[in-house]
Amino acid sequence: METQQTKIERFKRRLVAHIDPVLLAAIGLLMFVSLVVLYSASDGNWGRVGGQAANILVGLTVMWLVANMPLHYLQRTALPLYILGMLLLIGVALFGEISHGARRWLNIGVATIQPSELMKIAVPLMMAWYFERHEATLTLKNYFVASLLLLMPVGLIARQPDLGTAILISASGFYVLFLAGLSWRIIGGLAAAAAAAAPFMWNMLHDYQRHRILMLLDPMQDALGKGYHTIQGMVAVGSGGVLGKGYMNGTQTHLDFLPERTTDFIFAVYSEEFGLVGNLILIALYLFVITRGFMITANASTYFTRLMAGSITLTFFTYAFVNMGMVSGILPVVGVPLPLVSYGGTSMLTLLLGFGILMSVETHKKLVKT
Amino acid sequence: MSRRRVEMRNHLRELYYFRTRLAVSVAFVLVLMFALLLRFVYLQVWKHDYFHTMAENNRISIVPTVPNRGLILDRNGVVLAHNYSAYTLEITPSKAGDLEETINELAKIVEIQPKDRKRFKRLLAESKNFETLPIRNRLSDEEVARFAAQRFRFPGVEIKARLFREYPFREATSHLIGYIGRITEKDKEKLEEDEQLANYRGSDYIGKTGLEQSYENALHGLTGVEQVEVDAGGRGVRVLSRTSPRSGDNLVLSLDMKLQEVAEKAFGNYRGALVAIDPTNGEVLAFVSKPGYDTNLFIDGIDSDSYSELIGSPDRPLTNRALHGMYPPGSTIKPFMALAGLTYGKRSPSYTIPDPGYYMLPGSSHQYRDWKKGGHGSVDLFRSIVVSCDTYYYGLAVDLGIDNMHSFLSQFGFGKKTGIDLNGEVSGLLPSQEWKEKRFKQKWFAGDSVSVGIGQGYNLVTPMQLAYATAVLANDGVGFRPHLVRQIQRSIDGKTETIEVKPEPGVQLNPEHVALVKSAMIAVTQPGGTAAVAGAGAPYTFAGKTGTAQVVGIKQGQQYNAGALSERHRDHAWFMAFAPADKPRIAIAVLAENGGHGGSTAAPIARKVFDYYLTGKQPEPLPDQGGDDGDATDED
Repeated sequence: METQQTKIERFKRRLVAHIDPVLLAAIGLLMFVSLVVLYSASDGNWGRVGGQAANILVGLTVMWLVANMPLHYLQRTALPLYILGMLLLIGVALFGEISHGARRWLNIGVATIQPSELMKIAVPLMMAWYFERHEATLTLKNYFVASLLLLMPVGLIARQPDLGTAILISASGFYVLFLAGLSWRIIGGLAAAAAAAAPFMWNMLHDYQRHRILMLLDPMQDALGKGYHTIQGMVAVGSGGVLGKGYMNGTQTHLDFLPERTTDFIFAVYSEEFGLVGNLILIALYLFVITRGFMITANASTYFTRLMAGSITLTFFTYAFVNMGMVSGILPVVGVPLPLVSYGGTSMLTLLLGFGILMSVETHKKLVKT
Repeated sequence: MSRRRVEMRNHLRELYYFRTRLAVSVAFVLVLMFALLLRFVYLQVWKHDYFHTMAENNRISIVPTVPNRGLILDRNGVVLAHNYSAYTLEITPSKAGDLEETINELAKIVEIQPKDRKRFKRLLAESKNFETLPIRNRLSDEEVARFAAQRFRFPGVEIKARLFREYPFREATSHLIGYIGRITEKDKEKLEEDEQLANYRGSDYIGKTGLEQSYENALHGLTGVEQVEVDAGGRGVRVLSRTSPRSGDNLVLSLDMKLQEVAEKAFGNYRGALVAIDPTNGEVLAFVSKPGYDTNLFIDGIDSDSYSELIGSPDRPLTNRALHGMYPPGSTIKPFMALAGLTYGKRSPSYTIPDPGYYMLPGSSHQYRDWKKGGHGSVDLFRSIVVSCDTYYYGLAVDLGIDNMHSFLSQFGFGKKTGIDLNGEVSGLLPSQEWKEKRFKQKWFAGDSVSVGIGQGYNLVTPMQLAYATAVLANDGVGFRPHLVRQIQRSIDGKTETIEVKPEPGVQLNPEHVALVKSAMIAVTQPGGTAAVAGAGAPYTFAGKTGTAQVVGIKQGQQYNAGALSERHRDHAWFMAFAPADKPRIAIAVLAENGGHGGSTAAPIARKVFDYYLTGKQPEPLPDQGGDDGDATDED
């Protein structure tokens, strides 16, 4: 005879059966940081904080759903999802809506969507699926085909233009290639070829494009234009010092010097107010998430899940590194949010979807172990 | 068997390769994160002083240049709102250290009154630490000099030259010009929504009420930008580039300020409202709500004592009576009712009733009483207006029915906003069957119509609405949307843009009907009419109608006794009129709160306004005599 209590116990157990508690704890801490910093970055606007809380709730729900999904389901969606994404991207190129000089959005009647976000998951998924199919007989040709699967969407997205997303998707696809065992000789060869082509490329660039690259090297050249973001970000980080200026006391933030302080430049707000100590904590949190991701990857039971988990973990790292690097002035400014911290529903959703996959990989492996 | 072994071996080798790649990935992550960390140490420890200085004095500062706010002028060029330059003493709380101490020290150099301190405290509570806040406005030259000499003692305190807004006519224009005030967080949110926030960088003020609010976009202008190189002390060294601001546009009103003042004075000690409109184009000539208040007090945040005095006053000076005050129209509804009766064929000009002094619904013994005990005898439509016979309209209202009354009266703008160019207008109340069903979940009864017929039922009008309706009547049914702003002098090209006259649907009326009603309204202002005293000796003919809005209900069988009631419970007096009667140039609605009879208090105010507008004559006080209007009492 089952008591009410054991029923509840069982329900509770089922609720958390596919949740990885370690990963969830680390993600939760980063989300907490997000809400705290957003309150300051938006000058005490509870609306922004509430909006982000809503984004988090939606994201966590999606994460839970995906975590509970057995992996062969996910595997089966790879091809249709990829084809759908490509069709939408072509749709954007042909009929997309232009906003702020870029054609990224597609109006599908009920809503406008940004298909490039879908591709952040669909591309590595497709590539991992492809490698899994040819697992036993991998040849150079397979790497070539996989590269094409990556380059087609990246090309379309770079044309929109949306450099930040294109870079992130390229990275996630490259990670799959790398983890699938792309030969070091080819990697080295590609790097050498790129280095050799650089001078030719430089000659082919327009003046303004060269200017833009030079500007990245010395932001002071264009202090009030494109360099403004970089300089103000660096000033914010640098003036934060070891201990920071204190919560809600960042002058760069609150005197309106920092652009995009709730989204792409939120790290500058954090860094200004919490200083080097805060940065260490943040990096530690990210490393914690990444470490857990690698552990899940190492223990994953199938080729597909290993590639997928590895790519998701490395892409998450790339988000964090590119964002912090661009705010602190060692990388060019491209539109990449600080993962789990920047304000925004779409990136929150994509990231948590990825974590849902990681959790599914971790908790479903006993069932599929061969 | 052998194939299986190959696969197995492949699988293990695969796993080995994969683990190697994973190890490389971990190394990749750690190296890059370490590089990032080094970068942070470089920025936050090694170069911290450099960036700290940069943050303190952000080398190149982008300084917004606030545009001059547009002026507001009356139709003859009289200035109603303007700007002047003056010095203010401002404190940046985050840099000033102990605020109390700083202010005490400052008080030894320049005069700082308790109300300045109170206002500063309020601003401080509403603002962020980094903003500079004024502690004293309008410093004299001497005070500026005294502070400049001791400036070094006061970090975070500075003198700034700023433009101030001033309303020279104070109370007289308070309800139409309104005022500007400091931008609040709520204003900022609104500006952000409208994507206007960038244009308000550096602006401290925004229109809060009146025309200052409704024409904010035109008045504010475009903010300019200066890129200034600053030294370590934060002072500008040189201007690197500049985009000049564009001043706000000037507003030229249709209002005649002299007429406005005449109207203001004509009210004497009465509270109330007056709106005068040119019926041929909808231009508002005078717009009074008494009492007003000194709008200048609000610009920099009013001190709490003055504010509670205004809020607590039983005269409610902050209420815009012309736009927001809703009163029963009383007998001023009768000319419109008469037109409805003629238009719908329910009454002919010659139709006559015997008035016994009361009206009874068929099959009921309840008496709806006329204001005059014993009645007016035999009354036709013409006389019904002249003597303001209630009995006539009780019966007419029942014959018309609420549906006809509602559709006819709404064509005159009752129950609707007039669309005047001020924010926050209310639409009054013109009852209908649906309205009563919604409001009370009740059917419409014939008894409801009876009261509506003499303007004492559910219906409520604003003085603005009645003025508009009067203008439409004066103009034989043709209406124009009332507006206060006549021209906008654009600063961008110096051209004057004349606001287009907007025709309203108006009312289709038979000219003979209009002529009859107008002739009766002329008779109202002549001997024997309810406004005969006000009309006496006018060098032009004018048409009008008195009215009374009940404040206290009179019970069945009770008598209204003005003397016995306290002043605040006395009836409100209405007068609507237009002049000259044959070719109207001005239409007017006057409400005198607790004025008692329309003929004795409200009508003389209208007369003074007409006198000035039509003959240029400054009014002389009329002898204050009791009129013979007194149309009150229906059932309560």
